[in-house]
Amino acid sequence: MNISYRWLRALAPELRDSPQEVADRLTMYGAPVDEIVRLGEGLGDILIARVESVRRHPNADRLTLCEVSAGGEVVRVVCGAPNVRAGAWYPYVPAGGVLPNGVRIQQTRIRGEESNGMLCSEAELGLGRDQGGILELHGTFEPGERFVEALALDDHRFVVDVTPNRPDLLSHVGIARELAHGGVAGVTLPPFPAGAQARRASRRRGGAPAFAIAAADTIGEVDGVSVRIDDADLCPRYMAAVIRGVQVALSPEWLAGRLRAVGARPINNVVDATNYVLSELGQPLHAFDLDRLAGPAIVVRRARAGEGLTTLDGQARKLEPDMLAICDAERPVAVAGVMGGSESEVSSTTTNVLIECALFDPKSVRRTRKALDLSTDASYRFERGVDPTGLPMALRRVVHLIVTVAGGKTTAAATDVCPRPASPVVIDLRPQRVAQVLGIECNASSVRAQLKPLGFQVKPGRRGFLRVTVPGWRSYDVTREVDLIEEVARRYGYDRFPADLRPYRPGTVSDDPSFQREEELRSELVACGLLEARTAALVPGRAGLVPLANPLSAEEGHLRDALLPGLLRRIEHNFGRGLRDVRLFEIGTIFRPGAAGGQPVEATHLAIVLTGLRAPAHWSGPGETIDLWDVRALLEQVLAPAHFYGAELHPWAGDHVYFDRDLALSVQVSGHVIGEGGRVRREAVDAPPWAGPVWGSELTLPDPPPPPRIVKFEPLPAFPAVERDLALVTPDAVAAVRVERAIRAAGGEFLDHVAIFDVYRGPGIPERTRSLAFRLRFRAPDRTLRDEDADRATGAIVSHLREELGVEPRAR
Amino acid sequence: MIESLLKGLAVLEREALDAVATAGDADTLEQVRILYLGRKDGKVSAILRALAELDPEIRPRVGSEANRVRDVIRDALERRTTELTALAGRPREGPDDLTLPGRARWVGGLHPVTRVIDEICRIFASLGFTRARGPEAETEWYNFVALNTPLDHPAADMQATLYLSGNILLRSHTSPVQVRVMERHQPPIRILAPGMVYRRDAPDASHLPAFSQIEGLAVDGGVTFVDLKAVLGEFAHRFFGPETRVRFRPSFFPFTEPSAEVDVSCIICGGSGCAACKGTGWMEIMGAGMVDPAVFEAVGYDPQRYTGYAFGMGPHRIALLKYGIPDIRLFHENDVRFLEQFR
Repeated sequence: MNISYRWLRALAPELRDSPQEVADRLTMYGAPVDEIVRLGEGLGDILIARVESVRRHPNADRLTLCEVSAGGEVVRVVCGAPNVRAGAWYPYVPAGGVLPNGVRIQQTRIRGEESNGMLCSEAELGLGRDQGGILELHGTFEPGERFVEALALDDHRFVVDVTPNRPDLLSHVGIARELAHGGVAGVTLPPFPAGAQARRASRRRGGAPAFAIAAADTIGEVDGVSVRIDDADLCPRYMAAVIRGVQVALSPEWLAGRLRAVGARPINNVVDATNYVLSELGQPLHAFDLDRLAGPAIVVRRARAGEGLTTLDGQARKLEPDMLAICDAERPVAVAGVMGGSESEVSSTTTNVLIECALFDPKSVRRTRKALDLSTDASYRFERGVDPTGLPMALRRVVHLIVTVAGGKTTAAATDVCPRPASPVVIDLRPQRVAQVLGIECNASSVRAQLKPLGFQVKPGRRGFLRVTVPGWRSYDVTREVDLIEEVARRYGYDRFPADLRPYRPGTVSDDPSFQREEELRSELVACGLLEARTAALVPGRAGLVPLANPLSAEEGHLRDALLPGLLRRIEHNFGRGLRDVRLFEIGTIFRPGAAGGQPVEATHLAIVLTGLRAPAHWSGPGETIDLWDVRALLEQVLAPAHFYGAELHPWAGDHVYFDRDLALSVQVSGHVIGEGGRVRREAVDAPPWAGPVWGSELTLPDPPPPPRIVKFEPLPAFPAVERDLALVTPDAVAAVRVERAIRAAGGEFLDHVAIFDVYRGPGIPERTRSLAFRLRFRAPDRTLRDEDADRATGAIVSHLREELGVEPRAR
Repeated sequence: MIESLLKGLAVLEREALDAVATAGDADTLEQVRILYLGRKDGKVSAILRALAELDPEIRPRVGSEANRVRDVIRDALERRTTELTALAGRPREGPDDLTLPGRARWVGGLHPVTRVIDEICRIFASLGFTRARGPEAETEWYNFVALNTPLDHPAADMQATLYLSGNILLRSHTSPVQVRVMERHQPPIRILAPGMVYRRDAPDASHLPAFSQIEGLAVDGGVTFVDLKAVLGEFAHRFFGPETRVRFRPSFFPFTEPSAEVDVSCIICGGSGCAACKGTGWMEIMGAGMVDPAVFEAVGYDPQRYTGYAFGMGPHRIALLKYGIPDIRLFHENDVRFLEQFR
């Protein structure tokens, strides 16, 4: 919302705050000022000049020689604008003066003719974008008047961030009520500056226009125009006035200037008047060309199937039966609360206008503007809520303004069709409840002192309650006791509340164990030299993924069902920057389609990607690249903290979507595959030729995490151990893990530890077998073991292996 | 003049001592002596000789410093000579050069956003808050309606929501966790809900369609706006430093009333105004407020008996501020040179 500082001060004459103070106070009242724009800066040298005569430049077709009077002697200016004409007023920089962009205008000769200064366009003055010609000024001026002062251009524009609960702040009056000392009592509507036209009009009429308003139930009449509301739910009130004999023209400079100050574009005096009152009071208004209305009549009804109209923006719009339309006797002429139609638009030939000042149902306006994808100043305010009590004042104000700037007169009483009169919101407020929520001392008089300046009427009620009547402009956001409590806190000032820490009772919700589990996993992986990555859950589409209904782009149109693809893209990103050593992990949410019409199924995954050297390059050797055993070790190492008790790694059987066949592992818990890992297929990564293989793994974390493992102390061995090495010629078909299990099974009570320390293939070992060398450690808890004990146990193991697996000890 | 002379002497001293320390035999050591202290061309000797030509103003200081350097080098030469004599004849036991770099391991690290989330959770844990979780794909009921945000009200437009289908959406804030926790537990409630949220925002330097948020909620009999200010003020001082100023100003969220924005004095300029804080001296770090009675009604709490406060903040955004990162998209690029900076 753009607010003009000058305009604000005109409404609140007692307001003495500087622009910065205004911005600071608004911010602390809950309407932060995003920006203060200094207006009219650098225009100190610009004067107002009258062009006395215009003639062709003797040496140039497109240039004219203008005699210009700007206070002193009449001077000559060479002008290139197509719209310059004798007798009109323009902004003018005399020779030696400076434009806002810093350019100094020199006395010069143009095609042989002397030129003293320059007549300026809107764009050259930094006032707008129009550079099609020079800016013609409308009004009564003195030659040589200072442009900035005559047009009241030295102003500040506040860009106010108004929250959706405060439609009352979408107007100058609303902002003034917040700021004025003494609150609402300090806000008044100032008279309009009377220009020549207005002076003529008032001479004719002898004073400000006064007009009567005739109340009606559902059908009213104004100056021969019938006004009827067919749908009171969507339009509880519709006021209309007729002004005959207006002269549509450009607005006087003070009015156009006000609109420019808030960033609006002046159009013509009638339309500008409605926009002025909108910005001043927050009431959207619309002016119809009365002679274009069939009937003439206004019917407020839902659109009929097949009806449509062309709106002011030139778009043909199809209306639906749930949309409210303003119609004449035959067809829709406006989309209620959103935008008028172009056929009944006020144009330069308009002489009679009908002014609409109405109230529309916020939800209906919201639905309609969403369906039409058409947000306007009017719809923005209606869907947030327009003061239901403010209509008569807005209608009087706009009629007065139109008559002032465009002439014309009202000959008949305006109509106020009001099938659903708004009853004021009255709330019971308990001062002790204020204290209960806010934690500060409160009583009836302190509460009243905060509320009254904002327009709330506070009267004593039953049992110590206060009966608070809410002003119309707050009837949307203040409907409950707590809303009033917020007002008290807001006006008391948040900064005045103490901030003392007090004792509290501990909560009943225990810390979700999954957070702890993830923390443990993260620190484990960081300790293994991996960097944590975070990738987006929104990914390009693929069959089986959960799609978004309204994605921003196809690249982000689906939800991921795995983390690995996202991490591989991050590997590519790093490859693309010449980085060959990349070790990333991520813990994140994945999504799978759920039951029809329900939420997707979510799970937390852990994924790892590795490529490059196992350790930073060192001068002592060539360095080794990461291989399957690193991935396997990581899986073994992260399994425990991930609470996968009893998880086993198995060779992956068959083809895998990400991993190379024969270089893939599956992670299983009681026969269920909960993860996989291996070497990523070359075609799954866009890698440069120098890049090494990429290894990866992905696991589903159990939900909920199993309870933490119970750790029990084991007494340290008191007696020495005996070790035996056993090299076993093992057929390729027999997996090492089976041999190890068989050793443990046959090892007897003293077998304490088994580890593979060598794998050998080659001379001395038959084809299709390899030698697996195991180191066995035997120990007794209560005595020193003898060699015979170890030899006996080893013998048992060897015969067991021979019988069960056909594995023989390697001949010495 | 004098500074550059003294600096030159200091460099010379360092150089000479290094050379002495690494000289492996008597011959090398003698060469070092000649290079620095040699009567004819020694670097230090030359400076001592040139003293006479110096401005008398600075001569005493340079002179005494040059003499000190000469003495230090001479002493070092003597000590090294003794050492070499003792070692003479014994074979080296270790590698010939101990200045070579050591054998390094890869060092991992947490993502900066995780670091910020962890730090925030640690601070609130010490203020009695436990962590809770909720789904990222939510229903309109949890994301909007139960949070006093009717879908036909403009407040529902405050965040651009990504929908999956029907009334299923990607949560636009972590506030739905409030509702889920209160549905399952009775007061007192004191929880923190970190998690990812989603908005229909085109990525740019300050926006991502998916980013982190941390929700907080405290509910009990007698919880007031003063408690909200106290706890959030305490957090801000512990996270941003004790000198930080904290400002609460009125705002609007459909599910809290009164609502507040919490600002801290700009951590870049300290509050004097800079580009980072758009000249205001303040940085917005979170939204907060007293839980709206309508939310209590939606979860079946008695709003006359219980009051509470809620707050929400964005770790992605706070990490930008904390580490001075210019572009939020760097968080999702996962360039290892970026990630390695935060460990």
